[in-house]
Amino acid sequence: MDKQMTAQQVVSELRNGMTVGIGGWGPRRKPMALVREILRSDLQDLTLVSYGGADVGMLCAAGKVKKLIFAFVSLDFIPLEPYFRQARQAGAIDVLELDEGMLLLGLRAAAWGCPFIPTQVGLGTDIVRKSPELQLVDSPYDDKEWVAMPALNLDASLIHVDRADARGVCQIKGADHYMDDWFARAAQKTYVSCDELVPTSAFNHPDEARFVFWERSQTSGVVPIPGGAHPSSCAPLYGFDVAHFKEYTGSAKEGGFSAYADKYINGQSESDYQKLVGGLEAIRALPLPTY
Amino acid sequence: MSNSSNYSLAELCIVACAEAFRGEGEVLATGIGVIPRIAASLAMKTFNPDLMMTDSEAWLLAEPNPLGPRDSDFQQQNETWMGYSRVFDNVWSGRRHAMLGPTQVDRFGQSNTSALGGTYEQPKVMMLGARGFPGNSISHPNSFFVPAHSSRVFIAGECDFVSSVGYNPDRLPKGHSLDDIDVRLIVTDLCVMDFKGPGHQARLVSLHPGISAEQVVDNTGFEVLIEGEIPITASPTPEQLAIIAQLDPHNSRAKQLKDNPPGDRRA
Repeated sequence: MDKQMTAQQVVSELRNGMTVGIGGWGPRRKPMALVREILRSDLQDLTLVSYGGADVGMLCAAGKVKKLIFAFVSLDFIPLEPYFRQARQAGAIDVLELDEGMLLLGLRAAAWGCPFIPTQVGLGTDIVRKSPELQLVDSPYDDKEWVAMPALNLDASLIHVDRADARGVCQIKGADHYMDDWFARAAQKTYVSCDELVPTSAFNHPDEARFVFWERSQTSGVVPIPGGAHPSSCAPLYGFDVAHFKEYTGSAKEGGFSAYADKYINGQSESDYQKLVGGLEAIRALPLPTY
Repeated sequence: MSNSSNYSLAELCIVACAEAFRGEGEVLATGIGVIPRIAASLAMKTFNPDLMMTDSEAWLLAEPNPLGPRDSDFQQQNETWMGYSRVFDNVWSGRRHAMLGPTQVDRFGQSNTSALGGTYEQPKVMMLGARGFPGNSISHPNSFFVPAHSSRVFIAGECDFVSSVGYNPDRLPKGHSLDDIDVRLIVTDLCVMDFKGPGHQARLVSLHPGISAEQVVDNTGFEVLIEGEIPITASPTPEQLAIIAQLDPHNSRAKQLKDNPPGDRRA
């Protein structure tokens, strides 16, 4: 089965009002080329589920987001994501604010076909008080109350990986694959952009196969886009683009998102974008961060 | 207590923060931010070698990493993989103690990392979000480091958004006891506090050299129990200062507190 698609074909399969999960973590291994393709489209009213970074910020700034399900939105080295803040401070988006681990439980519940997973996480906090959709339940086995973390059923997930084959075998060689396996399992359709398209034989050695975290049956589409995580990182292939993120966050103070989008996204193809940021070689040369 | 002027306030705070991890045994020590991270590392390098620590990315280390850029031949001492999904397995086991820097802390020891002012639907100032605070606070001990002690952080009322559970009876979940909650130590640029007063009231534990109890009271929005003679926060020993310098070779600690003040402000 050949699951190769273009980014445009991925976006053409999405619909207004869908719940879309986005893999990665903050400024790390985000499917930014697919996000840019959404920004170029007329999609709207999306519910996003994300360990958020600029993916969330850009989609909020462009008015694509009806509701955000999140535990944080941050670029880590720039702690506060300016366009996410603007959207919240304008009251422009609905939110379901979660703990980081609750978000994981919600994805697992969806993956496992459970309506909810009980957890003590969230008890006693405003996570529960501010979100009427989070219900408490009594346990049949003890006298405590538990948060019934509901399944986060995703219509689609967007993920970026290091390499994939045309059948949807996906490999992540960075030190952490984050919750991407759960995003893949929680979604009806999972669209994966990859830095390298490889033959299946590339995974044959156990040292390679160990870095494949979900079965190809969970992958619906494969979009080869070398450098497609930029400006987020795709370790070990490249780090995040500090200068670019600074320009992006700086635009929130001067010019606004439309200035950024006009320069880098609107009317520009992905290859135009890569030329504007110095080309694939420059992306691949971005140093890995030291923590 | 020699060389009293030869250490910075950041170094004093590191040593005070490290105390949070004394006697904790074999738990994951998570220090978020430069001073808490060096503090957890110092504890692991000295009085609690059983602590566990990550590289702040995806590996559990047998030996803490020094901060900042390292030589190209540096090899970190990995013990096991510890990606984010596995961090939650550790958090929910309770075998962890985190030291974090929230934006607001109230008299119940509840903290806020998410939103200030306005309404929840439209906050005046949006920050990070709840992050892992809800799960941390219901699962394992937590301490706070507050680099600028003020009544804007230690507020008079309740937190605008309660990210982490504290000793508020009105919010106590059914079947739980306030004694299940463990808000351990609060270290600031002025003092050390805990919540071991009557009914889990905030209590002054020690004052940094040159700081008065009145300064703490004036800069704290809620009442802090001040009982008897308050000791002075212990100064770093020369051995501790040497280990701190090894853990932070680029002196990131000098940039953490405004104007990098000396540790002893009795002058």
